[in-house]
Amino acid sequence: MAEEGASGFQIHPMDQFIVKPLFGGDHIAWYTVTNVTLWMGIAVVAIAALLMLGTRRRAIVPSRSQSVAELLYGFIHNMVEEVTGHDGVKYFPYVMTLFLFILFSNLLGLLPMSFTTTSHVAVTVVLAMMVFLGVTILGFVKNGIGFLGMFWVTSAPLAIRPILAVIEVISYFVRPVSHSIRLAGNLMAGHAVIKVIAGFATLAVASPVVIGAVTAIYALELLVACVQAYVFTILTCVYLRDAVGGAHH
Amino acid sequence: MEGDIAEMGKFIGAGLATMGLGGAGIGVGHIAGNFLAGALRNPSAAPGQMANLFVGIAFAEALGIFSFLIALLLMFAV
Amino acid sequence: MATEAHDAAATAGAHGAGEAVGMPQLDFSTWPNQIFWLLVTLTAIYLILTRVAIPRIGAVLAERRGTITNDLAAAEDLKQKALEAEAAYNEALATARAEAGKIVAKARADIQAELDVATAKADAEIDAKTAVSEQRIAEIRAGALESVTEVAKDTTKELVAALGGKADAKTVNAAVSARMKG
Repeated sequence: MAEEGASGFQIHPMDQFIVKPLFGGDHIAWYTVTNVTLWMGIAVVAIAALLMLGTRRRAIVPSRSQSVAELLYGFIHNMVEEVTGHDGVKYFPYVMTLFLFILFSNLLGLLPMSFTTTSHVAVTVVLAMMVFLGVTILGFVKNGIGFLGMFWVTSAPLAIRPILAVIEVISYFVRPVSHSIRLAGNLMAGHAVIKVIAGFATLAVASPVVIGAVTAIYALELLVACVQAYVFTILTCVYLRDAVGGAHH
Repeated sequence: MEGDIAEMGKFIGAGLATMGLGGAGIGVGHIAGNFLAGALRNPSAAPGQMANLFVGIAFAEALGIFSFLIALLLMFAV
Repeated sequence: MATEAHDAAATAGAHGAGEAVGMPQLDFSTWPNQIFWLLVTLTAIYLILTRVAIPRIGAVLAERRGTITNDLAAAEDLKQKALEAEAAYNEALATARAEAGKIVAKARADIQAELDVATAKADAEIDAKTAVSEQRIAEIRAGALESVTEVAKDTTKELVAALGGKADAKTVNAAVSARMKG
């Protein structure tokens, strides 16, 4: 305590990411109800409210919530169709699931005192590995051994093709890493930065500046939350195209 | 002063690692700037390239995030 | 407090345990929990989407597309009708204009005919009047000639009488007439 008093700041930017059991106790088993459960549950409830309650009237002329739901539907549907082509449309529900979960988790995480589930590497790694394994398995099921042709760049001169193949293989296996770390890192960084800057507010002179800075970064984080959900989804579509569209690229 | 030399190295390393974010910033700015230049030359083609823009930004940014991650690891995990 | 605990953990080299505040993301003891609840959440969202939301929104969008298509077709129909009405109107207008032209031509012809008749009548009257006048002039001229003959005869008779001759009326007349003719 003494050294913290001396430095003047008590900033714990990472405390907001601690997983805590909701109903007491210290041990976190795989089934324990934690704040992760709470905020994922809130996300599910919010998605259900938007997509089920909002559209329950099935109006030809949509209400406000219904048109938001339709907008999301059309947005993702167009993205899947444009990026993966016509064959990819049957994976649309899965892509939509990913997008909605990430978008709602990111946005809910921006509420003060909330917990951002997508800032945890555990969550994003699972999301990314599901995409990675799904795409790999799908690629081999659809194209057989020809899926490996993806690594053999036929448009390059023959001499450098092996080198390119090595690079392609490495970049293929780095995909889930960057896919997951990007999302978690962005969210974590943004929230930690807000927390760090907010911590400077203990210095009375700086507090007006801090309020402005936190507001600005909050706006940026709002943008980042949407853009990262979009990026994760569109990268999923891009990876899916490799499997569905064959090795012609 | 308290702490030890390892602690100091940790903080210095974390600070150095954050420099990588500058590179990511340059990359993202380069992509966005070139997109804008292209979009001003041919505005009608711009909306169709928004997806590529975001994918490119995401790829460039991921590398910066990696260095940020290294900084965090040095600060908190090592 | 937290920092102290963290420092203690760091200096002891015993990180990764549950009590290390460092980076909660790298606290692997919470991973099974998070992964479990993530899978539950994803399943829930997937079921919501595939069972309710996507079919419903897809149906609404399809229905709206159908309605819009129908409305467009109806609008196209109405437009066609409007075009037909306009064509009919134009036709009626053209007919009316032609009719009006015909009426104008007919009226002009009638007026011309009347005018011709009137002109002819006037001409005839003028001719008749001219003829009468000429006749009268001729009569007057004839009357004048006769008078001249009479006067000549009378004068001749007087002259003959004054000269002492016995004027034979018949001879004088004949002589005068002969002279007048020559």
